[in-house]
Parts: sequence; structure tokens; C-alpha cells
Amino acid sequence: MSTPAIEILGLTKDYPVGFWLTRTRRSLDHLSLQVEEGEVFGFLGPNGAGKTTTLKLLTGLIFPTAGTARVRGRSIDDVAMHREIGYLPEQPYFYDYLTARELLDYYGHFGTFGKTARRERVTQLLERVGLASAADVQLRKYSKGMLQRAGIAQAILHDPKVVFLDEPMSGLDPVGRREVRDIILDLKKQGKTVFFSTHILSDAEMLCDRVAVLAGGKLQGVGAPGEIMSVEVHAMDILFELPPGATLPASLAGRVTPIGGRCRMEVPEADLYAALDQLRRCEARILSVSPVRPTLEDYFLRMVGKQQTASSGVEVAVR
Amino acid sequence: MSTAPIPVAVNTFREAVRDRVLYNLVFFALLMIGAAILVGQISIGIDRLVIINLGLSAISVFGLVMAIFIGVGLVSKEIEKRTLYSLLAQPIRRWEFLVGKYAGLVLTLVVNTSFMTLGLAAALFYVGRPFVRTDALILVAVYFILLQLSLVTAIALFFSCFSTPMLSTLFTLGIYVTGIFASDIREFGDLTKSPGLKALTRVIYYLVPNFHNFNAIAAASHGEAIPLALVAQNTLYAGLYVALLLVAASAVFSRRNLK
Repeated sequence: MSTPAIEILGLTKDYPVGFWLTRTRRSLDHLSLQVEEGEVFGFLGPNGAGKTTTLKLLTGLIFPTAGTARVRGRSIDDVAMHREIGYLPEQPYFYDYLTARELLDYYGHFGTFGKTARRERVTQLLERVGLASAADVQLRKYSKGMLQRAGIAQAILHDPKVVFLDEPMSGLDPVGRREVRDIILDLKKQGKTVFFSTHILSDAEMLCDRVAVLAGGKLQGVGAPGEIMSVEVHAMDILFELPPGATLPASLAGRVTPIGGRCRMEVPEADLYAALDQLRRCEARILSVSPVRPTLEDYFLRMVGKQQTASSGVEVAVR
Repeated sequence: MSTAPIPVAVNTFREAVRDRVLYNLVFFALLMIGAAILVGQISIGIDRLVIINLGLSAISVFGLVMAIFIGVGLVSKEIEKRTLYSLLAQPIRRWEFLVGKYAGLVLTLVVNTSFMTLGLAAALFYVGRPFVRTDALILVAVYFILLQLSLVTAIALFFSCFSTPMLSTLFTLGIYVTGIFASDIREFGDLTKSPGLKALTRVIYYLVPNFHNFNAIAAASHGEAIPLALVAQNTLYAGLYVALLLVAASAVFSRRNLK
């Protein structure tokens, strides 16, 4: 059996809070999950869910209160683990007095490249992320999208096997988001494992082999986006036009939403034929009938809603 | 041996250069030019003394300002600006980062001090006297200033690992001033009849680096010999203190959560 790319076992993080730092706030609560080699794994959750905390724990920027994690079999405490990973922080900020070429060359010193190989790799990466023409411009003159691309370039500089991206599409325009999506898909083609956090659900639906939903520091669910979407009982969406003067029976009227000159109605799948019969009797013109599939967003909102109802997202304990 | 601190040091030096830190050399040059012209007109026979005193004092003060104000931001600025996040995700240990940052600032100070020493030599040349053998003492005094700056940088870096720049500046300045008067504080304790105060002044004396020993400005300006033993003692003293401070800074920083 092959070693998982990422293995998280009961990872927990508490931060001391209050003036005397005697209380703790739990940012991550016994997170356990496993990401396989070559997967694109989406880590979803609202702000404050614990996504960035998880990524910082995995990259060794903060230390767990309890639990552990391994990346390709190496403990996150082991500096050798850093040879296996690349990391793009959320809203990355780099040394703005450097050019993108200088930044990558600087970081390149920590890898195993020789001088010539390093320079070639930097040039190649700058072209790959579309920064070749701005390679010798100081980063302080870069737009947000350009900074994000420079950030992705540094994350994949050492040709890591596992790439962590914290909100890689955040703040990007549609073109920038598409470019980042293409880079992630390209990494997948190369067999890399990509673990990225996001709250842009369409990106996760489009890119991820599997997703995990986090809310209030707790894992709410893990699965393929398709699996998550097929869990729900389906409803049907009917779009129709009514002839002038026609009225709908009271049983349907309450469900109808007028859209321009048309009407839209959502009915449970079991009631579809009865509803269509009633519409036919009113001489309604049926324009379309389509299944309503719950999206990842629905799942996400439901999970977050549950979490808020339980109001157990933030634990405060006296030491 | 790890080479990871080298690129960090080079980058720290590059940052200082690009942030125009070395512009202080312009002020130093103006000071030296002004002093050389003025001293040549108003003093008779003591021009050498005045120029060396003024030059070495300026080198010390300019260096101290740089060591403290850049030193306290070495780590905290990187955390505040979040430049550290992507760097520490690279295969580099935290202590390697700290040693690199420290070495980078010391390199900046060495370059800065070297240029200022050249400026001082030019000013001495301008007042029209040939160089004599005792002028080599100026180099010893400059070396002591560099040792002192290395020590102050290590103190500033240590505080920078867990405190804000404002507090780190206050702590570093406080330790520096206490260190200058370390011997006086001990003598004061010895003169009092309170055993508690005596013990306290002893603790301060042994804990705080004694910066007074690094001041060879008066000896250099008067051409008095500086014993080789003092050079060796100061080198060892500064080296040990710096090593201890870097170990302590690494111990603190290695467990720090970068929130």
C-alpha cells in the first residue's frame, strides 16, 4: 500500500486569548484526513473555519497543540519534509525590493540546484506563470494577480511533490483565476498532489478530485464533489409560460416565481407528473424541465449552518 | 556545514542597500568635510586629536543607530509583512534564517564602517599631516566599535524574535546604556551597605555586556598603546556573548507560532 501524500491525525490548535492569556480559543479541532498521491484536494470553509491554520500547521509555521501530520511519510517537524512541499500563503507578500527573478533565485538557493540549473529553472518558471516580460521589475510594482503568479512560481520552484495553496484564486479577476486553474490542472497532469483552500466553490467543483468541508475548526465532511452532490433528494425545476388570462390552481400558485414573462417552479421529484398535468390543464407552455442538483455550495452552506446551530465552533476553556 | 544562512545574509545586505540605508555615509562625509575645514582654521596642533575623536565617535553613533533600528526589525518586520511565511516553507531551519539575518546586518555594518573609516582617513589627510605608526590604533578602535555593534545587533535580534520593534528598541537601548555604566553600577553596589542592592548590582554587572571595554576612542586619538591582550579579550567576550544571544534567540524563535 502506498504512503499517502498527506496524512493528518487529530491535528488540534489552540491559541491563548485574553489579557493574561489564560483562556484558549480552539482554531482547529481534532482534524483527521488523508490525501492520496496525485490528488487535487479542495479544502473548503468560510472565513475563520481553520483552513489557513491547517495549512500553517502542515508547513511548520505554527505548531500543533495536539495531533500530528505527515507529508509523504515525513513528519511536519522534519525540515526534510520541506523538500517535498511548496507553499503559497494567503495574500502573499514578498520582498518588494526584489524583482521576480531575484526572488526566485533567492529561494532557489535553498534547493539542490547548482547555479546554472537554478537560473534556467527560474527563467523556465517565469515563462510558465506568464511573468517573463516582468521578470526584472521590482515586486512593489506588481499587481495582485502578478504577485499571485510569482507566489505560485516560488511554490513550485523546487519541483515539490505536494503543493499547498492558500486561497490561490482570492482577489483575482476571471482571467487570473483561469490561469491559476490551468496551473493546478497542469500540476495534476505531472502527478503532483495539490492541496488548496478556497471559498470559491465553483473552482473546487471544477478542479478537485475530493473536497473536505471545514467549519468552526471541525471537519464536516470529505468526499468527491460528485458524491457530495448526489447525497440529496432531487427536486425538479419547471420553466413555463401561461397564456393570457389563465390562472394556476392554488396548489401550484404558491410555488411559482415569475421571471420576466415566464414562470419558474420547483417541485419535489415525486410530484413532477402531477404538477405537469395541472399545468397542461391550464394550457401552460412547458419550456423546460430540469433536475435540481444540490451544488457543493448547498452542501457547504448546510454544513456551516449546522455548525452554527450547534454553536460549538469556538471552544473557550479556562486553563 | 549549512550554507542556508549565506543567501539570507546576502539578501539582508541587499535589502539594506536598496532601502538606502548606506545614505548615512553622505551625512558622515559632510560631517568629516565640515570638521576638517573648521578644525584646520580654529585649532593649533590638536587637529589630529579632534578629527580622530569626532570621526570615531560618529562611526560609533551612526553604527549604533543602524544596529538598533534595523536590528529590532530583522525578524519582526518579516513577520509583520508576512515575507517569512513563504521563506520558512522552503527547506531552511529557523536558526539558519536567524543566523543569516544577523550576518547580513553585520555585513552591512562592516561595509558602512569601512567606508566611514576611509572618510576619516581622508579627513586626516586633508588637515595636512602625514600618517604615522600610531594611526594604526584608529583601526583597532574601529575594530572595537565593530565588535560592539555586533553585540548590539545580537541583542536587538534577540528581542526582535518575540517583541514589538518599539519595545525591542527600548530594551536594546536600555541594555546598551546599562552596559556602558556596568562597572560604575557595580562600584555603586559595593559602596552601599545594603546586601540586597549589592547583590542586584552584581547580577546586572555579570548579566549585561560591559560595553565600556570596547571604547578605545580616547586611546586612539591620544596615540596610547592598546594592549594585544585587550584585543583578544574583547574579541572572545563579544564572540561568546553573540553566540549565547543567537542560541537564545533561536530557542525562542524555533517554537514561535507565526500567526
